[in-house]
Amino acid sequence: MLAALLVMAGIALLVGGVLGYSAVRFRVEGDPLADKIDAVLPQTQCGQCGYPGCKPYAQAIADGSAEINQCPPGGEDGIRKLAELLGKEFKPLNAEHGEPKPKSVAIIDEATCIGCTLCIQACPVDAIVGASKQMHTVLAAECTGCELCIVPCPVDCIAMQPLTENVANWKWRYPPLPLKAMA
Amino acid sequence: MEQYFLILLGTVFVNNIIMSKVLGLCPFFGVSKKLETALSMGLATTFVLTLGSGTSYLINHYLLLPSGLTYLRTLSFIVVIAAIVQFTEMFVEKTSPVLYQVLGIYLPLITTNCAVLGIPLLNVQANHDFVQSLAFGFGGAVGFTMVLVLFSGLRERLEGADIPKPFRGTSIAMITAGLMSLAFMGFSGLVHIH
Repeated sequence: MLAALLVMAGIALLVGGVLGYSAVRFRVEGDPLADKIDAVLPQTQCGQCGYPGCKPYAQAIADGSAEINQCPPGGEDGIRKLAELLGKEFKPLNAEHGEPKPKSVAIIDEATCIGCTLCIQACPVDAIVGASKQMHTVLAAECTGCELCIVPCPVDCIAMQPLTENVANWKWRYPPLPLKAMA
Repeated sequence: MEQYFLILLGTVFVNNIIMSKVLGLCPFFGVSKKLETALSMGLATTFVLTLGSGTSYLINHYLLLPSGLTYLRTLSFIVVIAAIVQFTEMFVEKTSPVLYQVLGIYLPLITTNCAVLGIPLLNVQANHDFVQSLAFGFGGAVGFTMVLVLFSGLRERLEGADIPKPFRGTSIAMITAGLMSLAFMGFSGLVHIH
């Protein structure tokens, strides 16, 4: 009995020592705050905030060089979460960067598409498939709804379609408590 | 040399850990939807399993057997494997951030993978020596990776197939797995390890 306890304690000590040592030895410097902010951002990579993607925007917020109200896809909810995370005051969305819209995906009108590949180059998440002079189409599951493909299309065959709720994308609603009243 | 080759052949094809031992089914169904993730999971498992079977052999042979505490085998193996997974994660994060991104969530998931515990226990059962244990662990992991990659390839094809509605999704995956397992039965008796 005692031997068993000693053996297990020995293994645990040894393992703990090795892990503790390697935690120090192999520490990776990251910016935990930027990572936390990045986790709140909607990951549309749309660039409406003025930064090339969500991660750079998160880093800019962490540095203090960007405001928290520049993310239209995140909407008011997103700004509230950022304000809470950073202990800042809530600010309404900066209209310069766009309006919040319902979550939607791009749809290519395949009859009109001429296969110019311009939208493929614009897509930040590689959600459009197709080849030169071949019809293109959008992978709805990958599309983040950033609308970056709409401007380059020379024949205006891309439209945004709001996402309808189905079994695959349904999520629990956040508690319907008004956040302002609680604060 | 020949016996190690036989162990490898035996674990990869004949006694494949998923197909004939039916271990590690959670990652088999969980991460086989895409070829990429299946390969990453396979790589991570290969690394941990090889290291795990070696360390478990050492623990069993030099610590548990001399002190007559063989009933602590499962417990101590779990502790050691969990530690190896943790260590691997830290090491990979430091040395190769790209690989760390690729393996991602799959690395910690291995801790709870029954194949990773099963192989060291089977090693003990079969009285393998150190190098045999390593070969058995590596072979088992290669077999695991191979089946995972094959299965994810099939599942990717199934995505585009016209499957009757009641069979879509997991049901057809189960059927596919069953048929694969039948196919692997064809290997039985190919290698006989004494």
